[in-house]
Amino acid sequence: MTTTHDPITTFEVGGVGHSVLRKEDDRFVQGAGNYVDDIVLKGMLHMAILRSPVAHARILGIDASEAEAMEGVVAVVTGAMLEGYNLAWMPTLSGDTQAVLATDKVRYQGQEVAAVIATDPYIAKDALGAIFVDYEELEAITTPQQSLTTETLIRDEKEGQTDNVAYTWEAGDAAITDAAFAAAHRVVSLESHYPRSHPSPLETCGCVSDVNPITGQVTIYLTSQAPHAHRTLFALVAGLPEEKIRIISPDIGGGFGNKVPIYPGYVVATAASLVIGKPVKWVESRSENIISTGFGRDYHMTGSLALDENNRITGMRAAILSDQGAFFADAQPTKFKAGLFHICTGSYDFGAAHVTAKGAFTNKAPGGVAYRCSFRVTEASYLIERLADKAAHEIGMDPAEFRELNFIKKEQFPYHSPTGFVYDSGDYHGAMTLAKEMIDYDGWREKQRDQDPNGKLIGIGIASFTEVVGAGPSKDYDIVGLKMFDSAELRVHPTGKAILKLGVKSQGQGHETTFAQIVAEELGIAANDIKVIEGDTDNTPYGLGTYASRSTPVGGAATAMVARKLREKARKLAAHLLEASEDDLEWEVGKFSVKGSPESFVTIQDIAFAAYTNHPEGMEAGLEGVHYYDPPNMTYPFGTYIVVVEVDQDDGTWEVVDMVAVDDCGVRINPMIVDGQITGGLTEGFAKANMQWISFDDAGNCIGSNFMDYLVPTAWETPRFKLGETVTPSPHHPIGAKGVGESATVGSPAAYVNAVVDALWSRGVTNIDMPVLPHRVWGALNGVDVKP
Amino acid sequence: MKVTVTINGTAQTADIEPRKLLVDFIRTELGMTGTHIGCDTTSCGACTVLLDGTPIKSCTMFAASADGHEVQTVEGLKNGELHPLQVSFKQNHGLQCGFCTPGMMLVGKALLESNPSPTDDEVRWAISGNLCRCTGYTNIVKSIQAAGAAIEGN
Amino acid sequence: MYPPAFEYWSPKSLDEALTKIQELGHDGRVLAGGQSLIPMMKLRLAAPANLVDINNLTDLAYVRADNGHLAIGALARHADVVDNDHVKTISPTMASAAPWVADPLVRNRGTVAGSIAHCDPEGDWNSVMLAVGASVVATSTSGQRVIPIGEFVVDFFTNSLVEGEMVTEVRIPRPTGSAGGAYLKLERKIGDYATAAVATFLDLASDGTIANAGVALTAVASKNLKVVEAEQMLIGQTPSPELFADAAAVAAAACDPESDVRGPAEYKRAVINAYTKRGLAKALVQAQGGAS
Ligand SMILES: Cc1cc2nc3c(=O)[nH]c(=O)nc-3n(C[C@H](O)[C@H](O)[C@H](O)COP(=O)(O)OP(=O)(O)OC[C@H]3O[C@@H](n4cnc5c(N)ncnc54)[C@H](O)[C@@H]3O)c2cc1C
Repeated sequence: MTTTHDPITTFEVGGVGHSVLRKEDDRFVQGAGNYVDDIVLKGMLHMAILRSPVAHARILGIDASEAEAMEGVVAVVTGAMLEGYNLAWMPTLSGDTQAVLATDKVRYQGQEVAAVIATDPYIAKDALGAIFVDYEELEAITTPQQSLTTETLIRDEKEGQTDNVAYTWEAGDAAITDAAFAAAHRVVSLESHYPRSHPSPLETCGCVSDVNPITGQVTIYLTSQAPHAHRTLFALVAGLPEEKIRIISPDIGGGFGNKVPIYPGYVVATAASLVIGKPVKWVESRSENIISTGFGRDYHMTGSLALDENNRITGMRAAILSDQGAFFADAQPTKFKAGLFHICTGSYDFGAAHVTAKGAFTNKAPGGVAYRCSFRVTEASYLIERLADKAAHEIGMDPAEFRELNFIKKEQFPYHSPTGFVYDSGDYHGAMTLAKEMIDYDGWREKQRDQDPNGKLIGIGIASFTEVVGAGPSKDYDIVGLKMFDSAELRVHPTGKAILKLGVKSQGQGHETTFAQIVAEELGIAANDIKVIEGDTDNTPYGLGTYASRSTPVGGAATAMVARKLREKARKLAAHLLEASEDDLEWEVGKFSVKGSPESFVTIQDIAFAAYTNHPEGMEAGLEGVHYYDPPNMTYPFGTYIVVVEVDQDDGTWEVVDMVAVDDCGVRINPMIVDGQITGGLTEGFAKANMQWISFDDAGNCIGSNFMDYLVPTAWETPRFKLGETVTPSPHHPIGAKGVGESATVGSPAAYVNAVVDALWSRGVTNIDMPVLPHRVWGALNGVDVKP
Repeated sequence: MKVTVTINGTAQTADIEPRKLLVDFIRTELGMTGTHIGCDTTSCGACTVLLDGTPIKSCTMFAASADGHEVQTVEGLKNGELHPLQVSFKQNHGLQCGFCTPGMMLVGKALLESNPSPTDDEVRWAISGNLCRCTGYTNIVKSIQAAGAAIEGN
Repeated sequence: MYPPAFEYWSPKSLDEALTKIQELGHDGRVLAGGQSLIPMMKLRLAAPANLVDINNLTDLAYVRADNGHLAIGALARHADVVDNDHVKTISPTMASAAPWVADPLVRNRGTVAGSIAHCDPEGDWNSVMLAVGASVVATSTSGQRVIPIGEFVVDFFTNSLVEGEMVTEVRIPRPTGSAGGAYLKLERKIGDYATAAVATFLDLASDGTIANAGVALTAVASKNLKVVEAEQMLIGQTPSPELFADAAAVAAAACDPESDVRGPAEYKRAVINAYTKRGLAKALVQAQGGAS
């Protein structure tokens, strides 16, 4: 088994491996965070959005005269007005076009129809009630299955669009896979819906747009996970000169993928500020957030595994029908229409796989964001881990044993998967062994065997996930053409303190601490002496932002690389100061010394000072640099989660009574922060498995449109977790780290569901879709169809 | 109408509409933005303040009703030095994005006053009117317990 | 997020409040804890022209054991009845329900009387009150009426107060014998309203037979539902699992739940059935002197 990385720095320096306390916390614990809604500018106006009450309708007319006449109302903006500026439509992150304010039709409940700009948010809200829209209701298409068979064309405005298909895509090799299935001893199949969910960070989305009427400078304070990309998109959409656009992402109250897209509200607020000449603030309510901004998942999946007579997996088929909503707005790399779903062969060693995917337009909100997920890897991981469990149960084999039999072995890495990924490193058996030991797997199986069949039913669920994160090598990965590299700029000041500027953007992950630790590791400057700046496009180098667990794999690598660049320059300076040849110098945390005479050394602080006061002739002054890192490969974090549940047969409720999560995310930079990320992710995974989803009625009304109906667990329902770790460094990442922000949301849902299904397997239950609601469990136990 | 609310020990008077919610009074009239807004259904507790020492959701009370009362916000926790809760949230990684943190700390404060060494379940129960999307709660519970121990130790 | 405008009145005495309520008539609405009214106003589902804030009537913030009953004043918050000794001794059903109403912060502000007046069929208190046979004291400038809870709860968000009246007190009678009770609520998380819930109450005579019984249901009809038939089945009988099962079946048949995102009607009936059985069993253990 692999071991924890032993820190090479002292705790005071706080390099890799130290649980350095977070530098950002001082302001947060004092209520001095600076979120978008906290920003107040002189003369600032407030915007509120009128949204469609129906899912599908033609707009026959909008009468805003009463609203316009209200005291305090400055303007009412409609789609027709935006058309005048060519701003009624905007591109999505998947190359589709989305309405900013509806002109022709509304295509989902909650769609933006008009906006009021007023002197006070209360007045803006009042005025919404004084705008009258004449709708001619149309048939609402609420499922992708319905969408593919109906005559109703949802995107009738879109040139060349003659059906409701948003995209089709495939990966893998159909012929080889057909052969594997033809030769199969047994085929195990599963049909499953990974329901629509919403990231719902505690802070909703919003902006303060400030267009200076004199200078033309556009400053937008934005809840953005990707400020640089957003600046470019604003420049392209609005035709504004990019150098005059400054996006500032201040403190972000959670993102989870929700703050990756550009939303109509941002565009309208900016247009309004441009026209009115005053700053305009727009902060959406929770209900608006849930009903209109980027959802995640909504994949209808059919999967099957081919098995040979030795219970080895020989092939996999997966077919996806995705519910895209009214616009194709997935936030994902251009090449991959179903994101990285084709990682669905998971942790298992077999040679044949084929994936087909089709997306359908429906009368629902657009989205398809990577909700705490690396581009659909969550759906992929769920499908394979549910299938693996189902296969084991059908064979009558222990699900842990079945996995161990089929795992990719440690010595097989780098491993070439049948859908084209090259897994960098892994030790799946190691994680499984540790997880089983920590939870006393055999003990629980024994309790399960001995249980009272009339009492609460024990179920044990496993998920052994493999993730693919850190997009990505620029030859394959781009978003709307922007290659997915990332960057770091490091300036070491004369007194030996430093500023690190990044293209990524923290939303709570603790970048100000973690990235300082990488510099501390590489240069020996104390992490606490390094200020990290992100989220201001005027003052940080270009990057694609934070989502899909890419900050550490890409931005973190860029940080290590720029620090190494400076170290090379420092070596030259040290040679100058020590009057030695560069080759004779030895680096040890924080200092260069002359080989063989350790008493003759200079510290990085000495060197920094010299860089500005005593640099050799012919050398550029200063100690600073920038690095754009283009990763050679993705990283592949993995782990095994085991959950034990008890199911109440009377009411169908289930409770997690024990849970172990063993994660391997490579080298852990700040173990405290890593554990925090995992605990949070396990909780979101639980939420999705247990309660959290958005559904729609037949008319397209969103059920689950606020926190009374869209359920987010409190501390009370949240399970208690035991965490374990193994460390298998990434061989290609400069410090061996793999990224960890999403592993637990990706891996854990299948473990919870597997546990409940395991409890009910002997009663003939083979599947329950998420969320595993009490009435669904009860229905499964009693043979009652309980849709939804 | 004129209301006077004692916020963190200082009487604050403002002329407001009766419909002004206490949270907006605090955030926009007084410019104290540590109290947050995370939902519109009284579900999340990001707006938690102490009203005469008792935690309530300031998004579901009119500022008018707070006339003559004492309100404590996160800005009032620090008293020269950081409050033990502020220290322990830092030390136990009790926060990530920081949005729910003020509410969690204030609920923690009220809890510790009546129960200085709460169990895991007691803390979870007390904070069950407050949502956190980042931490998974474990470290929030630990932070509140650690603060209790620190206060007791003094 | 932002409520509509209204005129605000904050009387300093009950008399002043009653006069104002009388004067405003249909244009006025009492503001108690605001934990139902303000959320509705914020979502613009309610737009009262006048609010009469009763939060200054601190004389009404009591939970008292009076002669024959437990008295809960109009300003007693949900939190005031959680872990309250009077409540525990006089009304075990109420004590059992109290921690499960809303969430801890909402309980610090919302009032028991306000909740009862609100008559939300998904609200918890009216089931408790129906099970234990509570009554509501309605006061106006012209005097007081004591309304049995069964007459007070009219329908979906409708009570039987007349213009000029407000609820000033809720009374829960003391059990005559050895009593037990429970409130079993299926909720999806803390802060959720009930998917279904059952309030049970048993008052045992000295010979161990059931002298008085209460069964009432939450969220499975257009109002909180007292299952009189089940209660009648229990009264006068010697408690037994079979008897409880029969009563539970009656309760399940009596309710009329809607199928929705929380489950089909059939499921909710099954839950009512199971919880009635469990609730009665719990009540019995407690009435017989065991731990609940
Ligand atoms: C997040 C959340 C979760 C909740 N969960 C639950 C739950 O699980 N179970 C539950 O039962 N409730 C729940 N509630 C509602 C809560 O219990 C409210 O406190 C209660 O319904 C209303 O009481 P109030 O004092 O807040 O009344 P208000 O909101 O002030 O008033 C409600 C209505 O009653 C009228 N009213 C109030 N007091 C009087 C009076 N004395 N005389 C005449 N009329 C009066 C008002 O005019 C108004 O029409 C929840 C509320 C929230 C915000």
